[in-house]
Amino acid sequence: MNSPGFPNRLFAQPLRELGRALIFLLTALSRMRLTRLQIGETLRQVYFAGVRSLVIIVTCGFFVGLVLTLQTYDTLTRFGAGDAVSVVLALSLFRELGPVLTAILFAGRAGTSITAEIGLMKATEQLDALDLMAIDPMERIVQPRLIGSLIAVPALVLIFNVTALLGGVAFAVLLMGVDPITFWGNMQATVELGRDFGHGMLKAVVFGFLAAWLAVYFGWTAKPTSEGVALATTQTVIATAIAVLVIDFVLSAFML
Amino acid sequence: MKSSHQIELTAGLFLLLAIAALVFLAVQATDRGVVSGGSYTLTAHFSNVGGLKPRAKVSMAGVTIGMVESIQLDPETFDAVVTLRISDQFDELPEDTSASILTAGILGDQYVGLEPGGLFDPLQDGDRIMITNSAMVLEQLISRYLFNTEGDE
Repeated sequence: MNSPGFPNRLFAQPLRELGRALIFLLTALSRMRLTRLQIGETLRQVYFAGVRSLVIIVTCGFFVGLVLTLQTYDTLTRFGAGDAVSVVLALSLFRELGPVLTAILFAGRAGTSITAEIGLMKATEQLDALDLMAIDPMERIVQPRLIGSLIAVPALVLIFNVTALLGGVAFAVLLMGVDPITFWGNMQATVELGRDFGHGMLKAVVFGFLAAWLAVYFGWTAKPTSEGVALATTQTVIATAIAVLVIDFVLSAFML
Repeated sequence: MKSSHQIELTAGLFLLLAIAALVFLAVQATDRGVVSGGSYTLTAHFSNVGGLKPRAKVSMAGVTIGMVESIQLDPETFDAVVTLRISDQFDELPEDTSASILTAGILGDQYVGLEPGGLFDPLQDGDRIMITNSAMVLEQLISRYLFNTEGDE
């Protein structure tokens, strides 16, 4: 920190940030407590992070399904393979688009609000007040948001996948006249429960964890000023998007 | 602002919706884990597997009953050893069942077709299918055809 040079800025700073985030996570995990009050608070966070994101997830999911089917159907019919559209749709949704898009949308909708909320609590000294009342803010503020988001993201991924499939059905079956039995039959014959769907849901859990961790971390470490909170909110979205896309590649490479 | 009771109720409904989505996707949009559920393995030796790939279908009478788990080269006989994973539902395959590598359509994927024999003893987990037909390799067929026609003239 005392010698701001080129290698220091390029390597040491991000590394130190990563270390801080890791220590923050370990602290939060080590102070986990399961009480009745905590479960109620976690459920409330599932509401704020999950239910409040439903509109954007359902809308985006439906249109992603529509446009994905439109593009692949157009391409596949040139090769006389229009019936394979449902397979392409289901595989790309379950394996990649569902988890990745949901995590990024979640960071934009719920992650930012978690960061801003915690950052503002810090700026208005509410966290210090909790500390004074001998209430651990890690346990009272951080933990429910961490677990709430961890539950909400896989649930949102499932809902995203269903609505995107419905979008695909709407375009392929209702508009283009693909036979519904062929549509579902091809999908059922090709998509594997464990390998395709299961691995996708594993990704969903990992991304939910990432999104929750980063959102809470940036809120917790935000400078207690209005600029600090604004910066932290932006960082949440950028960091989550980058982390999700990079880790998605690593996970995909391992799973295939 | 909703009361905390309502919020918890909505959160519960949300999770219920997610579970419904999970069930819908698992049942309607996937193979329901037929093969990855209860299953047993058989091996078969082929002198040439052609373009057969792991995860290719294993079918009997046109019905998919399993998939190819792995393809390896036997270091001693230089045969290809194909491990087949067959669903538990079909554990009564006769001992003299034969396996051939077939192609779906002209340019389709290659798969393993099983043909039942007539013996009463069923194949057990880990057994080897003794009667096998290797894949047709187009180049070999063409060269054989050319060779034969030349010989006729």
